[in-house]
Amino acid sequence: MTTPHPHSPTLLKPVKPVGIVGYGAYVPRYRLPAKEVARVWTGGKGGLPIKEKAVPGLDEDVITMSIEAARNAMLRAQIDPTELRAVWVGSESHPYAVKPTSTLVAEAIGAVPNTQAADWEFACKAGTEALVAAMGLVGSGMGHYAMAIGMDTAQGKPGDALEYTAGAGGGAFILGPAEESLAIINASYSYVTDTPDFWRRENQKYPEHGMRFTGEPAYFKHITEAATHLMEASGTTAKDYKWAVFHQPNTKFAQRVSGQLGFSPEQIEPGLLVPVIGNTYAGAAMIGLTATLDIAQPGDRILVVSFGSGAGSDAFDILVTDAAPLRAGLATKTQEYISRRTEIDYAMYVRYRGKLQMK
Amino acid sequence: MEIPRHWRLKQQRYSLVGEVCPHCDHKIFPPRDICPNCGDEAKELFTFSGKGEVYSYTKIYEAPTGFDANAPYTVALVKLEEGPIITAQLTDLDSTPVEIGMPVEMVTRKMRNDGDERGIIVYGYKFRLRT
Repeated sequence: MTTPHPHSPTLLKPVKPVGIVGYGAYVPRYRLPAKEVARVWTGGKGGLPIKEKAVPGLDEDVITMSIEAARNAMLRAQIDPTELRAVWVGSESHPYAVKPTSTLVAEAIGAVPNTQAADWEFACKAGTEALVAAMGLVGSGMGHYAMAIGMDTAQGKPGDALEYTAGAGGGAFILGPAEESLAIINASYSYVTDTPDFWRRENQKYPEHGMRFTGEPAYFKHITEAATHLMEASGTTAKDYKWAVFHQPNTKFAQRVSGQLGFSPEQIEPGLLVPVIGNTYAGAAMIGLTATLDIAQPGDRILVVSFGSGAGSDAFDILVTDAAPLRAGLATKTQEYISRRTEIDYAMYVRYRGKLQMK
Repeated sequence: MEIPRHWRLKQQRYSLVGEVCPHCDHKIFPPRDICPNCGDEAKELFTFSGKGEVYSYTKIYEAPTGFDANAPYTVALVKLEEGPIITAQLTDLDSTPVEIGMPVEMVTRKMRNDGDERGIIVYGYKFRLRT
């Protein structure tokens, strides 16, 4: 067993400075209000963790959603897709058990065949895990551009607490040299331990959660450690950041951890999307960052901290450049996707999510 | 299972890759050997913008095998900005009434499962209303 050394954090910094040259989001248009879940399972009683969650349509999955987010990222990056040396997709709802999501996404955006492609898995931080790796690929000079996507159509057992929040959506990021970027990633820091807070076994449709492990030992511990270590090593405090984005399984957790770390409600406001799209799992921190970049101004500093069960957090220190406002306008903004909204009831939700046994 | 056919058509299906005739600049979809406009050889690839408008449409209630899980759905003739008219499903419509001339844009979506739950998932172009 390894013992973490809380006072010797090691920043992950590429040899060559790296930044975000393009980003894109996607949120499917259907919304299931949390009160609709409560109506079916609790007689409408009890508190609601969010207002509503995004639900994918019958013809959507992580592949189709990743393609749209990737296309938005390409629109903002304005690069030739054949220059991508990696297309990586992090998710816990890849459509196939065996057959990559990433090759199909790469094919659809015209990045094949001279590229790396892989599917990443680490519960809700599969996307930021790919982002750290993309920093390494670009920062080492192995490739000029790399794409990292975090996307999910999250699963929640009918009637379970997770059913209120398990949403759909995510974001795609193209990393490249800092001098071409709309936001420079100064450094990242990762903090992981073996923690039994949430899992899904092979061939099981729905995940299980380790009850008391969900909060303090998992989400709060890992996010706090990752954020604190990154800021200590970077010589920053919460006040140095204009914006912050935290993984958001529900509204309360993200608000509480940000407050504990010294961030104000205003700092997390643009990236706190869980109340209106639900927990997008591997997409959650990523899409929060897309919404923040949509409104960020040159010179703004952004702290992003993901969390994935099992468990770990990736923290990023990001500095917005002069190119950001112009490139934000080159593709559909995250809030525009959120405003495309069709409310559905629980019955339609059951059909859309394939919860009916048809044979 | 028709894996070879789906595999062969993947570029046009995923990303609306057609052709442009090097002789008369006619945009061609789906791609073919001979330009339907000037009759000369055509083989230069061209990716369509994906923007177009509804030329005509109909609603399918009794869907063919493989598409029945999505019924009812709307199929349209979409006139692409670059010229060709293609047949495609409209998606994300909900209760919005479809009208001839409506602006639409291409999205890549799941078309159907080939071989039920055990075969490949077939992806391809559909169109949604352009806002």
